[in-house]
Amino acid sequence: MPMPDWLRSRRGKDDGRDAALWTKCPVCGEVLYRRDLAANYDVCTKCGHHFRMNAYDRINMLIDGDFTEIGNEIFPGDPLGWVDKKTYPVKLAGDREKSGISEGIVCGIGSIDGFEIALGVMDFHFRGGTMGTVVGERVTLLLEEARRRHLPCIIFTASGGARMEEGMFALMQMAKTTAAVARFKDDGNFFVTVLTDPTTGGVSASFAFESDVILAEPKAMIGFAGRRVIEQTIRQKLPDQFQTAEFLLEKGHIDMVVDRHDLKTTLVRLLQYAAGGIGAKHERR
Amino acid sequence: MNGGNVIIERERGLLEVEKRIADLRSANVNQPVDFSAEIAALEQKYETLQRELFGSLTPWEKVNMARHPSRPTTLDFIAQLDRFDELHGDREFRDDPAIVAGFALLHGRSVMAIGQQRGRDTKENLRRNFGMVTPEGYRKVQRLAHTASRLGLPIVTFIDTKGADPGISSEEHAQSEAIAMCLYEFTEARVPIVASIIGEGGSGGALALGIADHVIMLEHSVYSVASPEGCAAILWGDASKAEEAAARLKLTSADLLRFGIIDEIVDEPLGGAHRDPTTIVATVLGAVSSAVDRLARMTPQDLKEARYRKYRRIGAWESERQGDIGLPAR
Repeated sequence: MPMPDWLRSRRGKDDGRDAALWTKCPVCGEVLYRRDLAANYDVCTKCGHHFRMNAYDRINMLIDGDFTEIGNEIFPGDPLGWVDKKTYPVKLAGDREKSGISEGIVCGIGSIDGFEIALGVMDFHFRGGTMGTVVGERVTLLLEEARRRHLPCIIFTASGGARMEEGMFALMQMAKTTAAVARFKDDGNFFVTVLTDPTTGGVSASFAFESDVILAEPKAMIGFAGRRVIEQTIRQKLPDQFQTAEFLLEKGHIDMVVDRHDLKTTLVRLLQYAAGGIGAKHERR
Repeated sequence: MNGGNVIIERERGLLEVEKRIADLRSANVNQPVDFSAEIAALEQKYETLQRELFGSLTPWEKVNMARHPSRPTTLDFIAQLDRFDELHGDREFRDDPAIVAGFALLHGRSVMAIGQQRGRDTKENLRRNFGMVTPEGYRKVQRLAHTASRLGLPIVTFIDTKGADPGISSEEHAQSEAIAMCLYEFTEARVPIVASIIGEGGSGGALALGIADHVIMLEHSVYSVASPEGCAAILWGDASKAEEAAARLKLTSADLLRFGIIDEIVDEPLGGAHRDPTTIVATVLGAVSSAVDRLARMTPQDLKEARYRKYRRIGAWESERQGDIGLPAR
């Protein structure tokens, strides 16, 4: 994938990700050349395993041309003064360094095949994609901006749930984002979520499952309670298939399971339908 | 379940003194000897002991107080309403006994009352699933909240749950979606919503009944992003560090009032709400009723707008642009 200017300026010279040339597929064990993996949208060239994607790579995969970020000037506070092995601000600084992003979601406006859209992409590499006040605030700002401009909104989720270190402030983001979704949808706007591995807890139980259309990537783990919690509660092992995207499709919880290679074309088709309605708010430019 | 509850352990010591006072009292009546001085001394001791034991509670002690088997539950609050008719089922699959809900009269006004219900003993706890709600329960809540909104009935909720049910069947029936759409329904409701946290408010399973225009919390109730056990397991892989997690989570009523996450605290008698349940229930219902009266004067549009703004400003993010912490002014 070529690197557009907006991404180059954000990445800086070296984000450390080129340090290792090779990586191993955790599913089939194939040793993969990183460049090949990146060229294949972080999907294993042998078995098709979908690696967890960096937010900016995901945006680069979908958006044509510029991407204007929303809410990137917002950084977390430390409302509880949290300390365990490290202080919360130290944990955050470490994650910023490691992941190359400023918080668990990147939001902004860009174009996809002629449609201007509001796009949010969560990134599991930052605090396990947990939702704290900044994730909640950025999602809300994105939906408010999309509502103001009558743009469709697409959010990719990847989250371990609510962020413990922000306590009840984190839980309240479920309420805040839900209120923003409701306003956005009430105005006749189109909302799509794409659930990627993993989507759980406070994110799955709020905006992830409040959209018009819910897509998921193959084999993504999706659920409310984590696998470990359920196994501890029922004291038995769960089947492998449990809580996968395919399992949810069969149970009727989501609309489609879409391979990463087909995501962009699928999203464009959905945007076309939404733009084709009588008195539709969204249009191709 | 109640083994290891630190509050119950403390109450054992008190009970002994209580029993001795009662014994002396009956002896005083039945025998020709005057035990008044001994009784007074014991009562004095009882008072001192009570203040020592319950005068100030740590967060973990409050967690135990919130889980006390004698603490008033949703049904105790509902029993003191003027009238109540329970409604059942999600119209799809089953009726979840962990949710009690229905039409009610509160101080003469029609409302929709909805609460989580745990059991007091093992048998009832099994029936009520320890107050852990399944998707069917949350769908019953959605349905009745929607009805209330259409009919213009204020929604009054009672929150008392460790968290949503984490079982196989709940996942198969889309627990995430059920909770998410509860939040959605409460956000959209065109009627006043008043929530009371009467026991434990654990995680998204509690918040599903918690989006409200006015949130009341009993003094020793707790409300947190995850149960202390869950938080300790998630962060440190060790549920036994729950006491430490409780201290860090800032889950007490005083913390949450300071943060602007709740609006009002109802004080409990020394030793907890179960020491005087009738008075506590009446006080909470009085507070709920006056909040409903105040909110009922607003138009549905103003109500929804105010609710949006209320949740919009809860956060503690720092912004380069604004250069401050967005803590609500209080």
